Amino acid sequence: MHVRPRSENTTMTAALRDRVVPLALGLGTLIAALAAVEILIRVGVINGFIVPLPTDVAASFGKVFTEEDIVNRFRLTFLEALAAGAMITVVGVLLGLLLYRVPLLRRATETWVAALASAPTVLLYPLFLVIFGRSASTIIMMGFVAGLPPVILKTVEGLSGIRRVLIDVGRSLKLTPTQLFVKILLPAALPTIFVGIRLGLIFTLINVVGVEFLINFGGLGQLINDLFERYELSETYAAICFVILVSVLFFVITERIERWLRPAQ
Amino acid sequence: MAATGAVTARPARRHDAQRVLALRAAIILTVLLIWEAMARSGLLYRDVVPKLAVIATALWSLLTTEEYYVHLWVTVREIGIGLFIGGVSGLVVGLLLGANRLLARAFESYLYYLGPTPKIIFFPVMIMWFGVGFGSKIAMAALSCFFPIALSTAAGMRQIDKVLIRVGRSFRLNAWQMTTKIYLPAMRAPIINGVRIGLGVALIGALLAETRLSSQGIGFLVINAYNVFDMPRMYAILIVLFVLAIGVNAGIAKVGGLQTKA
Repeated sequence: MHVRPRSENTTMTAALRDRVVPLALGLGTLIAALAAVEILIRVGVINGFIVPLPTDVAASFGKVFTEEDIVNRFRLTFLEALAAGAMITVVGVLLGLLLYRVPLLRRATETWVAALASAPTVLLYPLFLVIFGRSASTIIMMGFVAGLPPVILKTVEGLSGIRRVLIDVGRSLKLTPTQLFVKILLPAALPTIFVGIRLGLIFTLINVVGVEFLINFGGLGQLINDLFERYELSETYAAICFVILVSVLFFVITERIERWLRPAQ
Repeated sequence: MAATGAVTARPARRHDAQRVLALRAAIILTVLLIWEAMARSGLLYRDVVPKLAVIATALWSLLTTEEYYVHLWVTVREIGIGLFIGGVSGLVVGLLLGANRLLARAFESYLYYLGPTPKIIFFPVMIMWFGVGFGSKIAMAALSCFFPIALSTAAGMRQIDKVLIRVGRSFRLNAWQMTTKIYLPAMRAPIINGVRIGLGVALIGALLAETRLSSQGIGFLVINAYNVFDMPRMYAILIVLFVLAIGVNAGIAKVGGLQTKA
């Protein structure tokens, strides 16, 4: 049977069709939309006191960076999210392990955890304000509460999906329960657990920035609130764009880690 | 043998269900006892952990006053209109992305990465565009639910059995008929799942906006209870809110035959 080798031309055409054209279309549409907004504001169709010129927003990035201490604000938000992230990882994995080890407890409470995952926990922030005050503790605890359920659920799922033979190997080697967890259970369930940690971190980040904005305390969320209350229009839009960029960067990095872990499954 | 197995399996299953029920009751009872002990201990600031009877009284007075239903109706309307606007636009965008590979490759990644950003940061923009009243809350709900519904619809459309599409084409259905007779019925589960997630985030979007700047709605009631430090009332509102949110979520999942796990 004759197999025709794929020519370089065909490969390039396929790459052009699959990557370059969609990328150009996406970016082109975005730039065209921004240009349209710029023109509509300049000719007075869109009110410039409500929507700032995209060029002004781009120019405001420098001001937001230099005058609003954005590096320190970013550091603060990052540290709050990191603290909450560490808490959801440790507590979530331990609780997941507990539910895995005690099947009756799992059957009794797993639906509760799932219900909590879909509940609007962020609305508890006034309650947390009363308990922890207007402080970083409130923000961290809100991030913790929002991010915990997916870690628990995915840890249980990951541990339950481990092949029986792996656990039997561990037992035949007479591993202690701690050794069994560290050397067999955790590595085997890690890809699924990380899916839960990633989901949890997304919820945590959303809540950390959101609560910072709502209680006017902390890093990037407070920056948006501050700029809006001072009615610095283009700076408010620039800060929102910055937070979106940070969020997107965070999702891309965690997604890469998740993909990197996946072949181990 | 098989019949004997079935007979012995049934009581065992019933016994197991009873144990689960007993454990659930024990957990709830323990939590309530710890709560009451904390409330009576005086170790915490007054009213931060109110007595259960006080919360029950607040819950009763909340549910029996007309004011609560007026505010509930405001929130329900905001979420309903927001879900309709965000849902229909999400559905249209999802159908377009699901039907066209080029559009999906060009735009879906934007939706995918914008979807999980904290939507509340857009509230200042929504206030500027739609004012401090009803409009900005509807916009927050619509913006929040647009992304999960669009992404879920696009993914659902790509999972449709190709045979169904070929059947539709062989009957020479037009685009509208294909959408209503083939695509939408085949995508029931992903669309309902999208609406379920969308409703959850629309609720959060509207209620958070109400807590930030509003004079009506359930979000306003929560933040007002905080401002006047009426903790029993705040607990009562939060209990009702969580019961409603979880109940509606589970209800939609049940209607769509979905699992509610994350």
